[in-house]
This record gives sequence, C-alpha cells and structure tokens, in this order.
Amino acid sequence: MMRTCQIVSQKFAIEDAHTLSIAQEHGAYDTLAKCQEFTPLEMIQIIKESGLRGKGGGGAPAGAKWALMPQDSEQSSVLVVNCDESEPGTFKDRQIITKDPHLLIEGILLTCYAIKAQDAYVYIRGEYFQFQKVLQRAIDEAEEAGFLKNINITLHRGAGAYICGEKSALLESLEGKRGHPRLKPKQPEPEWYFGQPTLVNNVETIASVPFIIQNGAEAYRAFGTEKSPGTLLFAMSGHVQNPGVYEAEFGVSMMDYINHYGGGIKNGKALKAVIPGGASTGVITAKEAEEVTLDYEALRSMGSALGTGGMIVMDESTCMVSVLKNLLEFYHEESCGQCTPCREGTGWANTLLGKILNKRGSSADINQLLEIADTMNGKTICVFAPAVSSVIVSFLTGFRDEFEVMV
Amino acid sequence: MSFTFTPENIKTIAKLKTRYPKPQALSLPCLWMAQYQEGFISIDAIDVIAEVTETPAMEIYRVATFYSMFHLQPITKKRVMVCKTLSCKLCGSEEILAHLSKREDVLVEEVECLGSCGSAPVMQIDDLYYEDLTTQKVDAVLEQL
Ligand SMILES: Cc1cc2nc3c(=O)[nH]c(=O)nc-3n(C[C@H](O)[C@H](O)[C@H](O)COP(=O)(O)O)c2cc1C
Ligand code: SF4
Ligand code: FES
Repeated sequence: MMRTCQIVSQKFAIEDAHTLSIAQEHGAYDTLAKCQEFTPLEMIQIIKESGLRGKGGGGAPAGAKWALMPQDSEQSSVLVVNCDESEPGTFKDRQIITKDPHLLIEGILLTCYAIKAQDAYVYIRGEYFQFQKVLQRAIDEAEEAGFLKNINITLHRGAGAYICGEKSALLESLEGKRGHPRLKPKQPEPEWYFGQPTLVNNVETIASVPFIIQNGAEAYRAFGTEKSPGTLLFAMSGHVQNPGVYEAEFGVSMMDYINHYGGGIKNGKALKAVIPGGASTGVITAKEAEEVTLDYEALRSMGSALGTGGMIVMDESTCMVSVLKNLLEFYHEESCGQCTPCREGTGWANTLLGKILNKRGSSADINQLLEIADTMNGKTICVFAPAVSSVIVSFLTGFRDEFEVMV
Repeated sequence: MSFTFTPENIKTIAKLKTRYPKPQALSLPCLWMAQYQEGFISIDAIDVIAEVTETPAMEIYRVATFYSMFHLQPITKKRVMVCKTLSCKLCGSEEILAHLSKREDVLVEEVECLGSCGSAPVMQIDDLYYEDLTTQKVDAVLEQL
C-alpha cells in the first residue's frame, strides 16, 4: 500500500548525482529540448493541469501563481526560489540542493522559460553555506556546459532570520533590507522585487517541474489525491526509529508512513502526539494521527495543517507543556517585531508558560494563554502570528489536562 | 582602524553589481564579506558598505543588527552553536548543552532549528554542522579544532 514515488528524489540514492556528468547520465536537462515544443503559456497550462501545489508550507496552486506573471511586460520578470528552510522539523530542501542540485537548476530554467524571466535568485538560509557551495558548483558546471546562456542564477545567502522564509520578507531581504513582511495586496498579483514582477516558489516546487514537463500533467496526477495531487518530501524527526526525508504521495496514512519509513516509535514506546508539518502547524493527538492521511484537506479537517510535511513525532514520555514552551521561545525569538500582538504576545505567552512549567502558574494563566492566542489571530501583517495562535490553541485543546495538573 | 575590502572581494562586488537591479541588494553579500575579512562587522566596514550599496550607513547598521548571524563585536573564543529547538530537545540537546557548559575554552550559544532535525542533536562551528551528537562526539570534534 506504500507505493514508492520518486518525482524529486529519483537521483537521491545515486552516488555523485550532484555532478553534471552523473546527473546527465540519468536524464538531467533532457526537458530543455522538450519544453521547446510548448509556448510559455502552454507550459503554464500544463502546470495548472498537473495540480502542482506549492511545497513551502502554504500549498498554493503553482499554476495560478505562474499565470499572474505578465507575459508581455516592458519590465523583465524575476524568479525567486525560496531555500530559507527554517521551519522547525523541516529539512527537505537541503536534500535537493546537495543530492540533486541539477534537478533544481533544470526546474529553474523551465520556470524562467514559462514566466519569461532572465534573472533567478535562490535565497538560501545563512546556516546552509556548506550546502550552498554544492549548489554553486552545480551552477558553475551547468554554466560551463552552456545550459545557462540566457539566464542568470544567483545564490543569495541569508543571515539568520526565520521570518525571511515568508515570501515578502524574503524579497525585502533580497533587496538588502531588514526581513520585514509586507502588507498583502487585496487582489491576487505577482510579488515585486525592486518594482519587477516576481514569482516566489519553494525549492521542491521548482524541482517538481521537470517531471511534469517530461511526463505530462496526468502522470503527476497519477500520484496523490484529487485535491492534493503528486508527492511531497515528507520528513520525520523526534521520537522515531529512523528519522529522515522520504518522498511519498499525498493521501497516505500518517501512521503507515511513520511505521513504514520511520520504523515506528523509538525504543518501542507509545505515540503521544505529532506536529504534522513544521512547528507552525497545530499538534495532533496519537488518536488523531491514527486516523489522518497526509494531504492538505485531511489535516485541515483536524484543525491543523499539512505545512511543510515535516512531522515532529513525540512519544508517551513527552511533557507537552515543555514542548509548547520550547516552541514559544522559538516564536518569540523569531517574531520580526513589526506588529504589537505578535511581538508582545509571543513574549507574554512564553513568560506564562515558563511560570506554569515552574509550577508557579494558576488556571487563570491557562485562560490568559487562550486570550493571548485570540489577540494574535488575524490582526497582523503576516500569518506568523495567526499560526502561533493556532498552535497554542491546539496544545490546549489536545492536552489541556497536562497544563491543568501543573497549575 | 579604517576598512577596505580585499582586491578579491572588490572583484566579487563588481561582478555582483551586474547581477542585481540596484546596489542596495548587495548589503547582505557585503556584510558577509566584511565579517569574513575581519571576524566581525566594524563601524568602519559599515561606512564602506554604505558607499558600495549607495545606502545610508544607518540603514546598513539597522540591517546588520537585524540578522542573528552578523556580529558587531569581535569574538575571542571559538563559537559553538547548539540547536535548542524541539526535535533536538526531544533527542537530547539538553545533555549536550550541559556537557558543553563545563568547558571554558569555547563560547556556547543556543540557536534555533538548523534544519538538521532528522540528525538531532546538532551543533554548528564556523560554517559546518556536526550531527547525531553524543557527548563523546562533541569532545572528539572539539579536540580536532
Ligand atoms: C513565517 C513564515 C515562514 C515561511 N518560511 C518558508 C520557508 O522557509 N521556505 C519556503 O519555501 N516557504 C516559506 N514560507 C512560505 C512562503 O511565504 C511562500 O508561500 C512560499 O515560498 C511560496 O512557494 P510555494 O508556493 O512554492 O510553496 C513561509 C511563510 C511564513 C508565513
Ligand atoms: S505577524 Fe509577527 S512576524 Fe509577521 S509581520 Fe507581524 S510581527 Fe512580523
Ligand atoms: S530542531 Fe534542531 S535542527 Fe531542527
């Protein structure tokens, strides 16, 4: 029942697939000739039909975003690839840029063709410098081989700020400024980089494009579910026997995935909880994990989200109060500070959790946490604060008794 | 105590200028180059970067202070950055931190998720990660420095 799927991980197990010669032996860049059969608009149509959804956490349909890019504008369009990968529990994009960087480059070239861009930037978190070097070498090789004649690919190193993964903060940072998210426009429109229309996509989204162009939209849709087509580099960390990144199609059962690839819970313990898709998705209980499938719709119906697909697995010995405290420390550290509810709310919730954890809290503090969560929901520039809010609520819904015995 | 970019960095800057629509975009690349050159970002370096990027020095300063990987003071001891976020905590980062706290020859910093959650616990020294840590492994790594 666990079908092997290798759309982006096809070359992960091949030795030295990060080098051009080995990658080409396994088909790298074959789609560059193939894409000439299509006009840019036809390319966008194929991506739309494939149902490809953004893999950076939001799951937005990629085709619709591509279609927002002007095809005949005076200004040239820009592609920005998001490799900020700072969402706790997420470590998938680094697999692509180190194990199969040419797949990403090929995806960038196809995407640039479709949106008529000449400049592509890959924004990489500062800590990934060791992995950035592998990608840079691959770009140099591709350039020498003549694949980058019409397109500049520039790697841009971040410098330690989680919020720069948010696309508009990322663009601010790429413009040389502080990583402060921008106000969202009312109507759908492209992003803007120094006034140029810009497409921002996650590394894995772009790395999925070559398969779709090579094999067609239907071949992609053969994996996954009707509404969540295709695959994702799901990942597991925490209390699991074999943590790691394993590609699977959307719609598989969470527990089948954890047992099949992860070898189950570490040391034969029982499962207590899973944070399904990176630290800004709500926690679910073991019982919910037994029922849920790995797709956007199923996780949403549990009040959580699929996010980046990076599951953090927790066994029966885990103290959920200290887990939430750990997450609030992260959020408080990483709030960019522009919006008062976010800046103050993360700090205050962190303080209250510290109090509860030290057995100096009261039941009023638990209610206060929920009030803070309420204030943080929906009154801020970006969705960071609402995500924190939903995480707090999820812990107090699923594990309230653990908080109550501490006060 | 004036600052100048090395000839090699000046070449890199000239090349990067052709890659971006505006020189302001070079502020992060320049801050990185300055930090590698001097070990930290001095006020003199900020003035030079302001010129290169055609941006007010105050703005460059604001940028430098926003990002956690830039430091504006010299660092005298070896920095050891240990991830303290959830997956590492679940896999024993507290033990690693307690072990490191006994050492006076290194500057231990707790940092947020390094994107190595599947090989937790993890620490970063200079530009490299050390994963699947045990206290023995930490000692062995520090021995090699
Ligand atoms: C707080 C926050 C952090 C984010 N971090 C990342 C990230 O590290 N990597 C990423 O690709 N997307 C991240 N995103 C999502 C981006 O804003 C954006 O939606 C995404 O890069 C678009 O690409 P996709 O549609 O291909 O997923 C983040 C969003 C928020 C609100
Ligand atoms: S919600 Fe938080 S992270 Fe987002 S812009 Fe406001 S302060 Fe910054
Ligand atoms: S939690 Fe430590 S690397 Fe992600």
